[in-house]
Amino acid sequence: MNNESNIDHQLVSSGEFLTFILGDEEYGVDILSVQGIQGWTGTTRIPDAPDYMLGVINLRGAIVPIIDLRVKFELRSAKFNSTTVVIVVKAYSSEKEHIIGLVVDAVSEVYKFDVDSIQRNPELSNEQVNDFVEGLISIDEKMVIILDINKLASEWSLDADQQESAA
Amino acid sequence: MAIDEDLKEIYDIFFEESAEGLEVMETGLLSLDFGAADLDTINDIFRAAHSIKGGAGTFGFMGVSAFTHGVETIMDQMRDGKRDVTEENVQLLLESVDCIGTMLECIKNDEPDNAEQRKPLETRIATLLEGSEQASGNSEPEPVAEDPVSESQAIEKKHWTITFTPNTEVLRTGNDPVLLFQELQSLGELSVKANLTNIPDFDELDPEELHVSWILQLEANCTESQISEVFTWVTGQCDLEIKEQSDQDRAESVSDENTDESEPTQKTPQTAQSAPPAKAAAGGKDKGGSTKSRESASIRVAIDKVDSLLNLVGELVITQSMLRRFGDSYDPESLKELRDGLSQLERHTRELQESAMQIRMLPINSSFNRFPRLVRDLSTKLGKKIDLVVSGEHTEVDKTVLEKLNDPLVHLVRNSLDHGIEMPDTRVANGKSENGTLHLSAAHEGGNVIIKVEDDGAGLNREKILSKAIQKGIVLANEELSEERIDNLIFQPGFSTADEVSDVSGRGVGMDVVRRNILDLGGRIRVQSNPGNGTSLRISLPLTLAILDGQLVRIGSEVFVISVLSIIESVQLTKAQIKTVSGSGDVFKMRDQYIPVVRASEAFDIEELDKNNPADILVIVESENTKFGILVNELLEQQQIVIKSIENNYKKVPGLTGATILGDGRVALILDVAGFQQTADRIKISRESSSVAQAA
Repeated sequence: MNNESNIDHQLVSSGEFLTFILGDEEYGVDILSVQGIQGWTGTTRIPDAPDYMLGVINLRGAIVPIIDLRVKFELRSAKFNSTTVVIVVKAYSSEKEHIIGLVVDAVSEVYKFDVDSIQRNPELSNEQVNDFVEGLISIDEKMVIILDINKLASEWSLDADQQESAA
Repeated sequence: MAIDEDLKEIYDIFFEESAEGLEVMETGLLSLDFGAADLDTINDIFRAAHSIKGGAGTFGFMGVSAFTHGVETIMDQMRDGKRDVTEENVQLLLESVDCIGTMLECIKNDEPDNAEQRKPLETRIATLLEGSEQASGNSEPEPVAEDPVSESQAIEKKHWTITFTPNTEVLRTGNDPVLLFQELQSLGELSVKANLTNIPDFDELDPEELHVSWILQLEANCTESQISEVFTWVTGQCDLEIKEQSDQDRAESVSDENTDESEPTQKTPQTAQSAPPAKAAAGGKDKGGSTKSRESASIRVAIDKVDSLLNLVGELVITQSMLRRFGDSYDPESLKELRDGLSQLERHTRELQESAMQIRMLPINSSFNRFPRLVRDLSTKLGKKIDLVVSGEHTEVDKTVLEKLNDPLVHLVRNSLDHGIEMPDTRVANGKSENGTLHLSAAHEGGNVIIKVEDDGAGLNREKILSKAIQKGIVLANEELSEERIDNLIFQPGFSTADEVSDVSGRGVGMDVVRRNILDLGGRIRVQSNPGNGTSLRISLPLTLAILDGQLVRIGSEVFVISVLSIIESVQLTKAQIKTVSGSGDVFKMRDQYIPVVRASEAFDIEELDKNNPADILVIVESENTKFGILVNELLEQQQIVIKSIENNYKKVPGLTGATILGDGRVALILDVAGFQQTADRIKISRESSSVAQAA
């Protein structure tokens, strides 16, 4: 089933993107991958995890890891206030489905545009970000950075493989 | 043979039932006493063989059917006392059982049938049967369909009229009349006439129902029982009349039918066949791509378990409707009733949970059943005499646990046979009985299942183990180890004391893998040895993998869960009771033993809430025979917790077995006691090295 949805996911793009604010920048993800948006509630920390892994939460009975994108992308501010929300997305890596929560400063808009107009593979100087960016697009004089969330989860599969081969 | 997708479901049932039949045959054969066989057992074996043969015939697996027929014939002769139950014969039958199993497996997996391999076996069966026919030449002909016994009958063919009126439901049970007719045709010349008068109008027609009846004319040199045998699978679902006819009668009846039968005969097969595709369309949707993964995904559940589950659901519905009343109109007066309702709901939920778990429980039988055969084969091979005693085989274990337990158990049993129990002459020389005993047992103990593999063999050779361990560098030459520690060295990776690698055991991967598998199941394994008197391996496993009894503890600001089963005791400490070794490693003196202490807050880098009041409760846990203490701030309540995977959405986290959701909706992490100590050390080291790197 994972396999099938994975293919679906790549072939079908709605052309609609949910955008959100991180610091002063606007980022977007494909709206089909978004499972829901919820308020920031606090997490249970996972030992020995990287800084940006804030921990796990209970999402309708499933254990869901929460990533602070602001820490991940090395943005200066990572404050929690009333607009801080968690966007829950579904990502695929190695044909496995991951539900992940992304902490962002605020949810912005839903835009519809032609997927082909995304300027792909920009060479960004910040490597932390570059790996996860699918492309850039300008909307109403604004630049939106489109993220490839599947890459976020693929890091973990890679880790797991290494662990296994080490053991 | 390609399996028709439409019939897949019914085939699956056949395969499942055949597997059970083969098991019955094997168990029966193994329990047969040579010379004086128990008639009931022989009958059981015969019936199992017969059902497999019949089933295979019905589904068109002629190879299986023909092969099983030979086996059945031998059994039949044994039943009638015409053949002695000798070791040779039983061995042949056992091999045949394996062969049938392989054949069915091939068909199931759609693999080409390896006919070459079973040739020798077929020849042996044929020779055996021929020999017997010559020996008892005047014995009655076999009352079996395919047997072309008496040639004299072939000349005068009999005319049979079979009136076959199946009831409307017959297609739903997976019986296809066309297959029956095909089998009849194998007996002789067959002509079929269908009676279509009962077919309803098209708009009232249910394609899954059968409204056709048939009158069959069969010209064959067969007996009535041979014909009725063809219809064995539909008895009770049809009206069947078999008549032998003189030529004159026959002519009359044929002309009769011709007058009241206007439809042409050829239509019959089409009408009959129109049903299966319709059925497939109905069942096809949910099947989709899941056919492959269905292999072990089904489970047979005792009906009383399902009944009790249904009862509970019924009660739950009543409680729910009672509680809904309070939601509709709340009245402070009814607070007490509300409380009662809620406590009832709690009770029902718990019972429902237990009974849902019960469904996953299978008796350990299914795993133990394979051992009589294994022990028999192996002891013959090794030239040892071994009695197998099995007890507690009705103990129920979670299906997943059971599946993963099979390989380790096989390994342990093989080890006991190979290394444990001595050769008969050695045993006699040591003043023991010639026959060694292997005792397999299972029992419930608290929330655990205890499985023991005990032998009365030579026990472990501690000197050999120790010298091997020193040689492999597992222990240092000058180390003093307790006897127990030495015995448990056999679980170390790459350890084997067998001087020569035999194909039974001795590759040195075994015990380590066994231990690993058991640990993965959340269980423990321990060996106890009594030199000269035997070895006992004790496996303790959790009843289920989904739920555990958890002790909640507070470490800093976080709540963690430790499995109650692994906790030996908890003590309140004063600071002086913890001693340090070389400045960093902490130890605690528990009675006469020093045990290492892990500061959980340090290991997990959790800040203490109150620096002046550090963690002072030591939870002493045991894993893999080593004890250590975990320092925590507070012991909270104990409760049953549902284990949730962290791995599903994230990745495996060292030191944790998973997470759970507490009553308030928060997530609590479950400590992996077995891996905790190493993880804690590793994390500490990596953190120290990284902080050193940062400082530099």
